[in-house]
Amino acid sequence: MTGRTKRLRQESLAAEPAISAERALLLTEFYRDNEGRWSVPVMRAKSFLYLCEKKTICIGEGELVVGERGPAPKLVSTYPELTCHSVEDLRILNSRELTSYRVDDACLKAYQETVIPYWGTRSLRDKIFDALPEEWHQAYRYGIFTEFMEQRAPGHTVLDDKIYRKGLLDFKKEIAQAIEALDFATDADAWARREQLVAMDISCDAVILFAERHAKLAESMAAACTDPARKQELLKIAANCRWVPAHAPSDFWEALQSYWFCHLAVITELNGWDAFSPGHLDQHLLPFYQAELGTGTLTREGARELLECFFVKFNNHPSPPKVGVTAAESGTYTDFANINLGGLLPDGSDGSNEVSHLLLEVIDEMHLLQPSSNVQLSRKSPDAFLKHTLQVVRSGYGFPSIFNADAVVEEQLRQGKSLVDARAGGCSGCVEVGAFGKEAYILTGYFNLVKMLELALHDGVDPLTGVQLGPKTGSAESFKSFGELFEAFRAQLSHFLDIKIRGNRLIEMIYASQMPAPFLSVLTDDCISRGVDYNAGGARYNNSFIQGVGIGSITDALSAIKDHVFERETLSLPELVAKLDADFAGDEPLRQRLWNKTRKYGNDDDYADDLMRLVFDAFFHEVDGRPNTKNGVYRIEMLPTTCHVYFGSVTGATPDGRRRGTPLSEGISPVQGADRRGPTAVIRSAGKMDHIRSGGTLLNMKFSPTLLSDASGLDGVASLVRSYFRMDGHHVQFNVVNVETLKRAQANPSEYRDLIVRVAGYSDYFCDLSADLQNEIITRTEHSSF
Amino acid sequence: MKSGIIFNVQRYSLHDGPGIRTTVFLKGCPARCWWCHNPESQSFSPQTAWSQNRCISCDACLLACHEGLQPREACRACGDCTEACPTGARELLGSQTTVDEVLQTILKDRMFFEDSRGGVTFSGGEPLCQPAFLKSLLSACRGHDIHTAVDTAALCPPETLIDIAPLVDLFLFDLKCADDALHLKGTGLGNGRILDNLAQLGRVHHNIWIRIPVIPGFNDSLREMEALADHAARAAGVRQVWLLPYHGSWAAKPARLGQEPSAEAAATHTPAPDTMADFARLFKTRGLDTQIGGGT
Repeated sequence: MTGRTKRLRQESLAAEPAISAERALLLTEFYRDNEGRWSVPVMRAKSFLYLCEKKTICIGEGELVVGERGPAPKLVSTYPELTCHSVEDLRILNSRELTSYRVDDACLKAYQETVIPYWGTRSLRDKIFDALPEEWHQAYRYGIFTEFMEQRAPGHTVLDDKIYRKGLLDFKKEIAQAIEALDFATDADAWARREQLVAMDISCDAVILFAERHAKLAESMAAACTDPARKQELLKIAANCRWVPAHAPSDFWEALQSYWFCHLAVITELNGWDAFSPGHLDQHLLPFYQAELGTGTLTREGARELLECFFVKFNNHPSPPKVGVTAAESGTYTDFANINLGGLLPDGSDGSNEVSHLLLEVIDEMHLLQPSSNVQLSRKSPDAFLKHTLQVVRSGYGFPSIFNADAVVEEQLRQGKSLVDARAGGCSGCVEVGAFGKEAYILTGYFNLVKMLELALHDGVDPLTGVQLGPKTGSAESFKSFGELFEAFRAQLSHFLDIKIRGNRLIEMIYASQMPAPFLSVLTDDCISRGVDYNAGGARYNNSFIQGVGIGSITDALSAIKDHVFERETLSLPELVAKLDADFAGDEPLRQRLWNKTRKYGNDDDYADDLMRLVFDAFFHEVDGRPNTKNGVYRIEMLPTTCHVYFGSVTGATPDGRRRGTPLSEGISPVQGADRRGPTAVIRSAGKMDHIRSGGTLLNMKFSPTLLSDASGLDGVASLVRSYFRMDGHHVQFNVVNVETLKRAQANPSEYRDLIVRVAGYSDYFCDLSADLQNEIITRTEHSSF
Repeated sequence: MKSGIIFNVQRYSLHDGPGIRTTVFLKGCPARCWWCHNPESQSFSPQTAWSQNRCISCDACLLACHEGLQPREACRACGDCTEACPTGARELLGSQTTVDEVLQTILKDRMFFEDSRGGVTFSGGEPLCQPAFLKSLLSACRGHDIHTAVDTAALCPPETLIDIAPLVDLFLFDLKCADDALHLKGTGLGNGRILDNLAQLGRVHHNIWIRIPVIPGFNDSLREMEALADHAARAAGVRQVWLLPYHGSWAAKPARLGQEPSAEAAATHTPAPDTMADFARLFKTRGLDTQIGGGT
């Protein structure tokens, strides 16, 4: 780090997240004054233009890459058109212990007097909840699934290389051509298309205007600046902002600034999931880097400083906080922006380059919560690239996570994408696969797989509340074989996935008609040529996902029943169910037996691993290929973020000896502490899943630093990764911390504020996690060898 | 020999030869080293162990035992109590295992061996005390093109060693000390045969790594280390020397078997890194490729 970036980093770390009502107020003003004047997409675009025109802008002292979503770093915008915080929500955000957001009186007043009176009855969340049927609400309330789109817009979107080749003025020309080509004689949607295209055009103007305002600000700051060096920088910043993103960037600095304006535009326009991501940043930056190194206008150190300034910008943007029940409990500041390193080039050759290594150094040095980073490792990636990655991982920051670039391509080919688009794709969010710049790949919600077994064991009744949630699929006494029980499980699964998908489709239709995203559409092929919005199926590919949670727990639970009840017959199913309902009260020996003497997933034992495959297949067949409303289909992913803790809290004791209310297994990792045969056995078990049929799986392994401290340790882990990927494993990440460190951090949070741990698909500050989640991370098996 | 007794299979071993390895521990050893890290490896028979910290006092073991949980000496290690124990506090250490069963376990990690240039290591106990079983295991691994290492103190007749040598890719040859009387005192056995075996093996095998545990209070003298270095330098076939600093991570193990830790073990400690480096220098000056291990 340079003196500059050290200071910028420190300021970013020290800034306190707070809610800014500015966006909400501007939006309210605009909609109140203009309601009904234009079509929905044009209203959206004009309101975005209004925001870009009016919002406070700032250029921080010493900054090289400029622009903030809020009025200043870590001031977080809200999106009342999607979901409107209540006064109570804001008070909780201000006062909660973890991941709080300061809310000052002026903000509260603005909400009370202006924002809530308008949006309180108009937000999309209310429309969605009103439209969804009671069966959906019931399943949602009892923790069978969650819903992504009730708080944030469809997102998980990543940019490809287009803004480095073209400017927004070029896109405006394409839009004009598309409008020109509309056929009002035969196309019944021609008017709708025109409105979408006009909206896209306005959104380009908005972003160019936003950049231009920064150019003017930089110029006026330069005029007042007495430091000649800074003056020059400000003039260059002004020139950058005047040129990009209207035009394609001409140098490395402009390339970063251009992305950053696009990023800000996407996250200002709407609050899409996972913010926005630059995708294969190393590949996109390489031509600029090489050209400027050649002409001598940039040095390696200069490039590094610009990248460090760029990283700070991400960290300045905590995720917009949620509303409702989750405001009290859910907490992370990370907004999941994720940078891909390495991977493949569109021609299939190795994509890692000098900038990949430079970025690895920046990640290692900056040690920031955001942006997240991941390495796409292919068969063709050099070992040196993997070793460098593991050296960064060894520092214990939890990232980069490592993905199998070859599997990522194969997964996308199975989904019907072209080879070139698949190679140019990668991963974002936690582990999700998408065709960058060409796809709306939408996560719709987590699904509690373990609850399906619980309902199957209780004839559809939720044992925690006594409510008949699912269909009557038979009492515990009625199952004469494991197969019969499994069919009941499958019936519950099918029932609730039907409810989920019906709800999803309804939400998709509401978004398509009510909440277009014109600027995101400009950046996503083929929205312009189709004249269709990103949220309405305009993207080239439109896969939607449901994320299965608790595969380790459900596998172990089924293994326990199969073995102890149906094969060894040491107790009957009704007896077992009675013990579960009592949370094993008075029968600790039974709980211990089930916990310790069940063949479990994660030990390379086919008895358990075959059951894992059985559940995976059942889930896959219920979901994969079912149509969404955007000419795409539903698919599965296996990742939990932190939902395994929530789902565990609403799930009773399970036959694997897990107690009521405790977390479920996380991702496709084994149940915490159930894997006892070391990391190769975990890898082998996880490798038995058919990852290629998913849109992403998440395997988390926690290593103590000693296991990576010497050359043989590093080589060993490198081989684990390569071997897992030979089995088509999708992703693996390593938490390199020891249990003692975590316990100390739990006891003395103030001394461990910067301790970042890998939570699930993302990293977070350990001290910002709930006690439950902290404990869960501590109990995850710490692999060691002797 | 189709079966033998093993007491553990450790996958993802990184310190028993090159690459990722699966270490198979054969049970039974004639030596009684007071620092032994695997006291469960000494007896040639299965044993029951009990870990107090895992016991929930449910008495399932008492009810299961035909002998009414007799004193340890009367235990036949039938496995009934360990089967009944819900927590795993009672464990059966060692079981008669067929060559094929061991092979199937080894093959599970074959992919990792291939990528890391690892393989299998047969350790103990003294694996050469089950020579026919060991030879069958080695042949089976050869049949699957798996790199084989044998970790031995060569407590066997020289013919046994020479007999398996063609099936072994790497010998991890343990030397404890050079002085015969000291060796007798520390391990219960003299070292004449061991040193002779090293010399004989070196004539027919050319990939031997000598491994020396450095144990304060036993062999951590300059004189001992110099003498060991001389032996290592004299033997043919020695490619590397590993000095393994003693550590006390095994302290809880004897109690599980109902044994007292030795007085010597209670008094010793982990050698200082500087001491280890000094000793390593003695070997290096004799032209030996010498490394300090992560611990024995």
